[in-house]
Amino acid sequence: MSNLKKPHVTVMRSQLSRARGLGSGQAGVGHWWAERASAVALVPLSGWFVIQVFRLAGASQPEVAKWGARPLNTTMMLSLVILTFYHTQLGLQVIIDDYVHGKAHLPAGLLMKGIVFLLGLFGTVSVLKLALAGSSRGRIAAG
Amino acid sequence: MQDVRDALYVGQRSDGTLTRRPMSPHLQVYRFRLSMFLSIANRAAGVAAAGGSALGLCWISAAAKGPKSFSKVQKVTGNPLGQMLLAGWALALVYHFVAGIRHLVWDSGYRFSKKEINEDGPVAVGVTVGTTLALVAGILGVAICRSRKKAS
Repeated sequence: MSNLKKPHVTVMRSQLSRARGLGSGQAGVGHWWAERASAVALVPLSGWFVIQVFRLAGASQPEVAKWGARPLNTTMMLSLVILTFYHTQLGLQVIIDDYVHGKAHLPAGLLMKGIVFLLGLFGTVSVLKLALAGSSRGRIAAG
Repeated sequence: MQDVRDALYVGQRSDGTLTRRPMSPHLQVYRFRLSMFLSIANRAAGVAAAGGSALGLCWISAAAKGPKSFSKVQKVTGNPLGQMLLAGWALALVYHFVAGIRHLVWDSGYRFSKKEINEDGPVAVGVTVGTTLALVAGILGVAICRSRKKAS
């Protein structure tokens, strides 16, 4: 414990190498901008979604299917799902960077990315299925 | 190899002698401030909103699957426990939205002084609570009215 009290150098690195090696991570700006840009895009998309929730509150499955088959709704829902899970991945990455240190850092980040990717893909497929199945069912019913 | 952070902990005075740098104080030495709670609450709300969105996928995927799956989801959304979960999701989303707007304002260089941040904190809480209550009551009201109309 006496070691801790007296200042001493335990790492054989020059001041120059410390300054060089412990600088910025270089890739932070892109991540920061992506987080902000997706957040800004999610503002109008969230507003649109709240209106849709009011329109669909208490709706039956055929009503939701009819709503989901409209191209504008499909476009907005796809944007919402993709950007939501993209923004989620960016945010959770920051949390992992802050709290998970050492060897667990990389696998934790990869696992999180895998889960969020699959969730986003599941949402995308669901929106597309609702859109495409709805329109074909309408055609069969009409014909 | 030692932890590289240890290298930063030992500094050099201008006369060349070594000195241990001061350690930054941690949570327990600070008096509780609203801003510190709102900061970590934004992170927690982000995680909660993400979890809720993952559950929200059940709704859209059930609608895509068919009426049978959709009625299962409707059992959850019609249940008080499920509605409490939905209200919690709404609260997390609304707060993350409000705090996110504040972050965008700060990033643009506005309202970032200590005084302004302390002024805006209670406003953010009020807006969050008010919007969440209005949303939950409104959506629940519309859903109830619509199901009554269908029943009659």
